[in-house]
Amino acid sequence: MTEVQTAPVPRRNLELLLVLLALCVGGAAFYLVGSSTEDVDNTDFYVQMGILAALSLTVHVLLRIFAKYADPVILPITIALNSLGLAMIHRIDLAKGTSQSARQLLWTAIAIVIASVVLWAIKDHRLLRRFTYIALLLSVVLLLLPLIPKLGVTINGARIWIRMGMFSLQPGELAKITLSIFFAGYLSSNRDLILMAGRKFGPLQLPRLRDMAPMVIAWLLSIGVLVVQRDLGSAILFFGLFIVMIYVATARISWVLIGALMVVAGGIVAGLTMGHVTRRLDVWLNAFDPAIYQAKGGSMQIVEGLFGMADGGLFGTGLGAGSPYRVPLANSDMIIASFGEEIGLIGVAAIILLYMLLVSRGLRAALGSADTFGKLLAAGLSFTLGLQCIVIIGGVTRLIPLTGLATPFMAAGGSSLLANWIIIALLLLISHNSRRPKTGGVGPTDEFASASTALTSSTKAVTKK
Amino acid sequence: MNDLVLSLFRLGFLVLIWLLVLSVVGSMRRDLAIGSRARTGKPSARELKKNPELAEPEVPARKAATSLEVVEGPLAGSSIPLRGQPIMFGRAQDATVVLDDDYASGRHARLFPQGSRWFIEDLGSTNGTFVGDNQLSRAQAVEPGQRIRIGKTVLELKP
Repeated sequence: MTEVQTAPVPRRNLELLLVLLALCVGGAAFYLVGSSTEDVDNTDFYVQMGILAALSLTVHVLLRIFAKYADPVILPITIALNSLGLAMIHRIDLAKGTSQSARQLLWTAIAIVIASVVLWAIKDHRLLRRFTYIALLLSVVLLLLPLIPKLGVTINGARIWIRMGMFSLQPGELAKITLSIFFAGYLSSNRDLILMAGRKFGPLQLPRLRDMAPMVIAWLLSIGVLVVQRDLGSAILFFGLFIVMIYVATARISWVLIGALMVVAGGIVAGLTMGHVTRRLDVWLNAFDPAIYQAKGGSMQIVEGLFGMADGGLFGTGLGAGSPYRVPLANSDMIIASFGEEIGLIGVAAIILLYMLLVSRGLRAALGSADTFGKLLAAGLSFTLGLQCIVIIGGVTRLIPLTGLATPFMAAGGSSLLANWIIIALLLLISHNSRRPKTGGVGPTDEFASASTALTSSTKAVTKK
Repeated sequence: MNDLVLSLFRLGFLVLIWLLVLSVVGSMRRDLAIGSRARTGKPSARELKKNPELAEPEVPARKAATSLEVVEGPLAGSSIPLRGQPIMFGRAQDATVVLDDDYASGRHARLFPQGSRWFIEDLGSTNGTFVGDNQLSRAQAVEPGQRIRIGKTVLELKP
């Protein structure tokens, strides 16, 4: 195999340029939102954009220090999406007189600070492999937290929140990261066993049960907890993550087939037996039926969203000129519909492309990563982002039944923002480690590697005595 | 604000967001293999003249390894045929090559084919895996004749 090797270049200046462009997009969105109201008071605009720009540039500087070779487009895309989301939440605030955007900005700040801490503290993603089983334990705890009386709260029929003081958190959002870490760590050490042991069943090779046991337990647990908590969106997300990680690790199409069968079987059972799933399917299939439209928890939300998007058409009504606030949850679950109304198909297509590019860069980091753990982790994390987009955007556009998942980076909601920023930090680290020069590179990861070598050689010296 | 100006601004916003998308795509040109530098495969004569470092050193045609020989250690002298399937070394009973060696971990290392070459990867062993004198920190290609050391066992690929 011949391959033209190009020397690795940090490409941080390109990132700076793109970050500035992304901030321009966010700033323009804010400006349009502000200028469409009667009294043009732009103090909000300056404050919010100022904070956002300062935060973004801080991350950029941190990347220059800690992850010089990280992918240059991941951060700008994230910032563009985050600031567009902030602008839209601000816009809905102006119409409704709420103050969600200040809260969202606060959460953005918290999320960016924690993502920076992740960048600074972890430095080498391979460190996380040591915490494979701790990550499993942590996922279990995170998923079970909302079930604790007193601590957990039920909002909109799903018991997935915990309340701490004035904040309410969705621990399940963080569980998608810890579960990815567990799946990646477990599969990277047991891949061969899963691949080779086991009996053949026609063209499919099924693994032995005991090799799969921890995976199946992890999966059953997350699905079980989610059935109890009645959160369909997260159940789909975890199940998808599970199938994709096994598929990526083994390259066996049989897993995808098994997964598809399980989804169909599970879907039929849930649709027939579980009330809230049946209602969702009904709302999806007969959205325009007046009885369902007027029913409580009926299709009013999704149909209003569709009307809004239809009103927007190709170019949209312009930011601040439509009426997306008529849709319930216009700033969280239905934020794509709000964008569809105000910036039209052209704008939403750009947003969806940004998501696709983000996911493709994550998968690119997985391809470039030299170690199995990094490959699996990057693939799993970027898949989580992609699947969230498909589930929620598909739901809003009535392609699939609508389930409550957060639109990454845009929807109002702190925990999802936090979890997704941590995912971005991890993807940046993995891409840094895959792109940096393999030999003679000076970076924190080299210190780490040589320290562990020194450690093993000293233990060897001891054992030889 | 004037309605016309506002409409122009709104159109301008759409242009701006697409500008961002296109510049992101443009900056990934190298990965998308649109630019000439990104082309994998043999560089053309002109590219060779411009970038002499791209020239491939003349390697004698590599013979694919067909077996793995144990040179030192408890299993010395035995050899394992390579059939394009990954091989796992370790003390665990389910390893492909079970090493009876206190210095080896349960699942110590794996040897796997990729393209025409074999790669060795350490599976997080306690005492490490060595190719020549270097400890593995990531998967590494092994050529016939290189010594792979796992605990007390030394292995070599044979063509």
